[in-house]
Amino acid sequence: MSTPFLSVRDLKVHFSTEDGVVKAVDGLSFDLEKGKTLGIVGESGSGKSVTNMAILGLHDRRNTALDGEILLDGKELITATERELEQLRGNKMSMIFQDALASLSPYHTIGAQIGETYRKHTGASKKEARARAVEMLGKVGIPQPDVRVDEYPHQFSGGMRQRAMIAMALVCDPELLIADEPTTALDVTVQAQIMDLLKDLQQEFGTAIIFITHDLGVIADVADDVLVMYGGRCVERGTKKEVLRTPQHPYTLGLLGSMPSLDGPVDVPLNPIPGSPPSLLNPPTGCRFHPRCAFAEKVAGGRCSAERPALEVVDGRGSACHLTSGQKRELFADYASARTH
Amino acid sequence: MFRFLVRRTLGAAVILLIISALVFVLFYAAPRDPARIACGKVCTPETLELVRKNLGIADPLPVQYWEWLKGLFVGRDYTSFGRCDAPCLGYSFQNREPVLDTILDRFPTTLSLAIGSSVVYLIFGIGTGMLAAVKQGKALDKIASSASLIASSMQIYVVGVLATYLLVDQWHLLDRANYTPFTDNPAQWAQGLLVPWLVLSLIWTANYTRMTRSQMVEALSEDYVRTARAKGLSRRTVFFRFAWRGAMGPIITIFGLDLGMLLGGAIITESTFSLQGLGMLSVKAVSTNDLPMLLGVVLVAAGAIVVFNIIVDAVYALIDPRVRLA
Repeated sequence: MSTPFLSVRDLKVHFSTEDGVVKAVDGLSFDLEKGKTLGIVGESGSGKSVTNMAILGLHDRRNTALDGEILLDGKELITATERELEQLRGNKMSMIFQDALASLSPYHTIGAQIGETYRKHTGASKKEARARAVEMLGKVGIPQPDVRVDEYPHQFSGGMRQRAMIAMALVCDPELLIADEPTTALDVTVQAQIMDLLKDLQQEFGTAIIFITHDLGVIADVADDVLVMYGGRCVERGTKKEVLRTPQHPYTLGLLGSMPSLDGPVDVPLNPIPGSPPSLLNPPTGCRFHPRCAFAEKVAGGRCSAERPALEVVDGRGSACHLTSGQKRELFADYASARTH
Repeated sequence: MFRFLVRRTLGAAVILLIISALVFVLFYAAPRDPARIACGKVCTPETLELVRKNLGIADPLPVQYWEWLKGLFVGRDYTSFGRCDAPCLGYSFQNREPVLDTILDRFPTTLSLAIGSSVVYLIFGIGTGMLAAVKQGKALDKIASSASLIASSMQIYVVGVLATYLLVDQWHLLDRANYTPFTDNPAQWAQGLLVPWLVLSLIWTANYTRMTRSQMVEALSEDYVRTARAKGLSRRTVFFRFAWRGAMGPIITIFGLDLGMLLGGAIITESTFSLQGLGMLSVKAVSTNDLPMLLGVVLVAAGAIVVFNIIVDAVYALIDPRVRLA
């Protein structure tokens, strides 16, 4: 088997703070092929953004310890120097951030910001970079790109800004694109446009995309594979269909249950997961989800609070839970029937 | 831009008008009679009345103020001094010289002091602040931060005397503070002012170090700085083109106001080093009940602050495209 385009093995991201070590990501592994989209789902603080900051090497080196292996096209990123990473960022791998207004410099024109990336990585002249910026703005569907290129971010609407951000991320035809909740701040119609745009661009360039979100609806729309994170660990993974239709982890089940359904009966109340995300400074023992899990008592001998469930992956499908598959079939039946129609 | 300038200039004129009126009122609120002082030891009621008339303070207060204002725009005729052309700030009660001439004579000293020390504190303050921001949390940052805290609590009259004693008297490294006009001899001008520049800028350097550091630290945590790094730009580019760009606005704002203030005269520095600038002039005007002189100095000082306020706002619009002048 050939090596995947992006391979993350046993990634650990630990922050040292005054109160102790925060294990923001604690042993995460996944692969991603070109032209595919991996959706990473989880609550705030589950480690999804931290993972991707680590891939780009954007973590604060003064207080962050990385461990494990990140291979991008065979190149090890954790041990790479800052200079090597600078060559890759914006070029071979790039990132789209959530809040485009805050993430674009208010002091430079859109064109300058897009062109800057291009010049840095291709050595193009100012004129060429500007032409390229106009071309990219046109590609992401901004009307009158030759005029808008000289405007500032505050003169753009929210959706336009996100498009400009995408144009900036794609200006050097990156092979890996990390989208960190790119549509969260946008209204639903714009959200759909942006996702369509990403899909089109992916088809055109064969980009590998990591799509971070807490919105399972978005995942259902864009992802090929899904990775569910909880408390800095992967609790379940598989294809989009597998994870959304037949979840194997109580947390995934809970996420699905807390989502309103458009085609179901309107009077069915939402079923949120009780409690709040775990503290990563002092995480729960055993399975990190067990304090909030509805089925923790079903497992004999208090194993859920004592023993960390292993993530066993077969053909890209797996979950980290002590319940037996027979138990899951039985217990998850109500949810599953309500969700799969 | 044009509308902005017109509007702000009119606003500035109103402010200066109010300030000069206030000085007038406050001056006469004090139980002192400048005529009595000018009259001398042997003073009959008749001479007192004559002095009053000569000084132009025999009329009621509003009339006096009106005369003063008129003098500013169309000139004024004095019985004892003769014609005083516009802009006429009147004659000093003390030395009977035209106020404007005295101010123009003293202003270069104040200007030299303000500009020289500004250059020093901007270079060292912003430089040290940036270094501290880069080395955030490291030894250099801690040293710079503590040093600036100590320096900003220093007093000019202590440091000034100490610096003169050590640098000039003991080690003979620098010249004793004195003022030579720049146009006469630039080298001597700089030599004579070096000690006051250094002393005056010590406290300001400390303030600018702390301000630059905090502004830079804040700017470095901005999302757009993270984006700039995600684009593959080098740390240097990110630091200067993005973070510094964001930190610059507030620093320039404060600097404009500080410079305006320094141009009104650095009273303590001037008196510590016996430099004859506007600061000393204002102190003397107050202590000798010299109303025209006091009004003149206050007008220049207030004018400098008002003008720099306008400049700061205009410059801010150049730095930050989100700011619109109207």
